[in-house]
Amino acid sequence: MDITEFDHHSPIPGTTVFDGRMAMKGYALNKMCYSFNGAEAREEYLADPEAYMEKFGLNDEQKQACRDKNVLALIAAGGNIYYLAKFAGIYRLDVQDIGAQQTGMTKEDFKEKLRKAGD
Amino acid sequence: MAKILGGLTTSHIPAVGNAIHNGLFDDPYWKPFFDGYPPIRDWLDEHKPDLAINIYNDHGLGFFLDKMPTFAIGAAHEYRNEDEGWGIPQLPPFPGAPEVSWHIIESMVEQEFDITSCQELAVDHGFVVPMQLFWPGAPGNSDMPRSIPISANTVQHPIPTLKRALDFGKALRRAIESYPEDLKVVVLGTGGLSHQLDGERAGFINKEFDQYCMEKIVDDPEALTKISRMELVEKAGAQGTEFLMWMMMRGALGDKVVRRHSNYHIPISNTGAGTMLLECVE
Ligand SMILES: [Fe+2]
Repeated sequence: MDITEFDHHSPIPGTTVFDGRMAMKGYALNKMCYSFNGAEAREEYLADPEAYMEKFGLNDEQKQACRDKNVLALIAAGGNIYYLAKFAGIYRLDVQDIGAQQTGMTKEDFKEKLRKAGD
Repeated sequence: MAKILGGLTTSHIPAVGNAIHNGLFDDPYWKPFFDGYPPIRDWLDEHKPDLAINIYNDHGLGFFLDKMPTFAIGAAHEYRNEDEGWGIPQLPPFPGAPEVSWHIIESMVEQEFDITSCQELAVDHGFVVPMQLFWPGAPGNSDMPRSIPISANTVQHPIPTLKRALDFGKALRRAIESYPEDLKVVVLGTGGLSHQLDGERAGFINKEFDQYCMEKIVDDPEALTKISRMELVEKAGAQGTEFLMWMMMRGALGDKVVRRHSNYHIPISNTGAGTMLLECVE
């Protein structure tokens, strides 16, 4: 049979489809973020982020994106938003904070954009 | 015999959990959203279901990418809401119905849906927020029925097709209806509607598409199976794929349903929030 949708990287602007390719690329990063479900892991990370990233075997691109708290860079490095949300939670960033960061808007402008979608 | 009374749908945004915790029901931002629930609670009060099948998608609490089930069914005595990364008030467990779970699992596999069974499953906001919206105070609400969580993968592609989701629901209907004891069952479909949290397109919401889906799902869910998964990502946003849960729910309701209640509001957090009550017709 034809696998009609195997190439999930269809061009939807501003959207990375998290498929097997991204899953392979981001595994270490996502595994670290998954660990942040636990409060002790979050404390351990905050106490020494470099050691914690090393423990999970993050590559340099992933480490730098974490240091910068740069969500677009985290996604490019294979991060999956469901796990990255837990990373963001460590810094008390909510989904409007990370939405604003990714779109280069202020949080107020980003919230206004969401509100306008209802008009 | 067990009988399906109807289906309930709702978005399951984490911020809703906080708003409930903080009692923001009359806050101007939240009121148009919370006002969508009392008619459904009245219906639940009247019918008092014994069991809620809660179809949601795990967000990285119960499952990780090391082993990612496409369809998973809870078979536990109880389900606990655990810390998802931002700390939550500790809740008592939600009682399960493992004997019904195993009946459903047997029946689904016989119908060639090869699912993953879970004797332990931590449930996240996708499961908990809808329970709290429909049964305020849950799990401390004495009218809250026992529940069985069913989770479908929307974390990692390939995700199920819309047709497969609807077919899953149809098989689930046969599984429930063949359960030999008298049980009144409601089926929850939680998640969506349109939203995207990641990428330069973050904040994408598509009112027109959401309203199309809410319309079609009542009388013509088959039409929605023509939507490809990439089209769903494009039109509903990357996390709008959670609409698959609504399709699974709808499949379980049989051919004909009556829409008893519907509400739609933008935005709640980053999401187009939809709520519906669909009643089964004999
Ligand atoms: Fe969700």
